[in-house]
Amino acid sequence: MKSNQISLTFSSIAENVSIARLLIASVGGQLDLSLNDIEELKVAVSEAVSNAIIHGYQNIPNNIVYLDLDITNNTLTIVVKDEGCGISNVEQAMQPAYSTDPERMGLGFVFMQSFMDELQVKSALEEGTIVTMKKHFKQTPISSH
Amino acid sequence: MGYSEIITMLKLGGMVLNVEKKIERLTLVLRLEGELDMHTASTLRQTIDSEIEKRGIRTVILNLQDVRFVDSSGLGVILGRYKKLLPLGGKLKITNVPPHIYKIMELSGLPKIISFYTDEAHAYEEGRGA
Repeated sequence: MKSNQISLTFSSIAENVSIARLLIASVGGQLDLSLNDIEELKVAVSEAVSNAIIHGYQNIPNNIVYLDLDITNNTLTIVVKDEGCGISNVEQAMQPAYSTDPERMGLGFVFMQSFMDELQVKSALEEGTIVTMKKHFKQTPISSH
Repeated sequence: MGYSEIITMLKLGGMVLNVEKKIERLTLVLRLEGELDMHTASTLRQTIDSEIEKRGIRTVILNLQDVRFVDSSGLGVILGRYKKLLPLGGKLKITNVPPHIYKIMELSGLPKIISFYTDEAHAYEEGRGA
């Protein structure tokens, strides 16, 4: 498997969440992942990017969200970064059903954790949040033609 | 069918989610097609809330047959409408959920709270004449 790096930077607007999903779905397709795995990657990316826009940037549109993808040695690493307000208590924020908004379910991190093999969240108040997610996949069989 | 039917097509979020709307008395049926994320979910919320407030809708049936994607923002809006209807004596029902969408709903615990039906007819039937 060739290594590959892709970066996408985009404004913190809701319309861009579907663009981030399109990118991860295309990469998942290239890696020959199952449709189910691709669906799960789309949910994980959607949650991380939505968190950056809604919580990191408090829905203020003229900020930048960074999505970095890295494929090395059968591991897909997805990094979603914002330079927003940060999370005061990461451990609490990652608890199921924890949400600062009653309209939301507090399941973003639960889905990321369920669908990825590794999840790491680094955050500093007034500096931003970096979510790193990893998915290990099987080596694609060498093509016979 | 002997009742007045209003069918409206709403394009929400630049073709990402299409909503076909049907109203029969105090029941609102929404057939959704597309992706339900933070962008489209907020418009869906406004659509349902305005029907509840302006028309006094008390039963909302969401047909999810052609929904291709849902995340926690989408699920949050569905749960939020359920919570809004409950104190009004209303109900929210979900029908025709595709298997991959049901999987994520199950993980969220939503089927323990909200009633799911195989199709719209079963959702209509339940609670009628009771």
